[in-house]
Amino acid sequence: MAKILGGITTSHIPAVGNAIQKELYDDPYWKPFFEGYPKVHAWIKEHKPDYVINIYNDHGLGFFLDQMPTFAIGAAHEYKNEDEGWGLPSLDPFPGAPELSWHIIESMVADEFDITSCQELAVDHGFVVPMQLFWPGAPNNPDMPRAVPISANTVQHPIPTLHRALNFGKALGKALRSFPEDAKIVVLGTGGLSHQLDGQRAGFINKEFDQYCLENIVHNPEELTKITRMELVEKAGAQGTEFLMWMMMRGALGDDVNEITRNYHIPISNTAAGTLLLECAA
Amino acid sequence: MDQPGFDYHIDIPGTTIFDGKQAMKGYALNKMCYSFNKKENRDAFVADEEAYMEKYGLNDQQKKAVRDRDILGLIDAGGNIYYLAKFAGIFKLSVQDVGGLQTGRTTEEFKEFLKSQA
Repeated sequence: MAKILGGITTSHIPAVGNAIQKELYDDPYWKPFFEGYPKVHAWIKEHKPDYVINIYNDHGLGFFLDQMPTFAIGAAHEYKNEDEGWGLPSLDPFPGAPELSWHIIESMVADEFDITSCQELAVDHGFVVPMQLFWPGAPNNPDMPRAVPISANTVQHPIPTLHRALNFGKALGKALRSFPEDAKIVVLGTGGLSHQLDGQRAGFINKEFDQYCLENIVHNPEELTKITRMELVEKAGAQGTEFLMWMMMRGALGDDVNEITRNYHIPISNTAAGTLLLECAA
Repeated sequence: MDQPGFDYHIDIPGTTIFDGKQAMKGYALNKMCYSFNKKENRDAFVADEEAYMEKYGLNDQQKKAVRDRDILGLIDAGGNIYYLAKFAGIFKLSVQDVGGLQTGRTTEEFKEFLKSQA
């Protein structure tokens, strides 16, 4: 059976893609952000996952308001990015793992999570930037695992509750651990932390709330399910609702985890950037 | 068509919750902005903005906000920031530019405001 090695979270700000392209690793603005990743790289090198489950939120590339899935799972042989309206470079496709995708879909629906399956799915910066951060040169990195994208709706309210997100993760974890292959899996939760792009409150960041979330998500994620969705908007900012992806990731890991590394920095672009690597206890 | 009359959310100052009501109100505008994912559509908009807005059936409020490059006006007209970001991309505006435009700050002032929250 497959084994979940751990989970990694990171912000997925589009500007990070540009900074990687321009190799601004030692630039004074970017250094405190990029310093959060060497320990992640070392961990990945040591454990070499075979599959990566990339939980992100689409921002208006893969899905539009005509049909907006609350939870969507990619089931394609490969995933391509696009320029997203900003002329982003087009990368080589990310290799998929449709047999694992369909195993997850079967298991999740059997567990009464009604999801949308996608045999074609354009992936945006929410999926791509974390891959580039964790596997430099992605998808052209020799250790690049095959990927299953999972996207949750944070574009349009009603968005899922934090409770639902954590439970989704638990069902996902059960699905992954029952995959009949001796494989190693890593789960990503991308987005966040606090930020708001729109309205007179644009630029809102909430360090105190982010720290509260970071503290609790490691050993006490159930505590965070008490946060209502409107409270999440209020305290994390309108786009800080991306924290739901972190909750989904956390649910998949099970109760016992060890924190390997953590980074938090304000600001990157309009965002409080957070990174966390949690390893599943053996 | 009438919009649903119910609010499912609390009031958060300076924040528009993009819910069913806003999604219905802004559908044409957001659909146009979603089309800007493709370069040929961005080029068509730049070549003839009025014809492009007409093609997507924008209402007068939406057209005016587009003409004025009025971000808060676009949000008020039902625009969702993720699609509007593609509109802003046509004019090479960064999210800090857009933040400044919405909060009455210059881009530099907006960047300082972000830093001040560290």
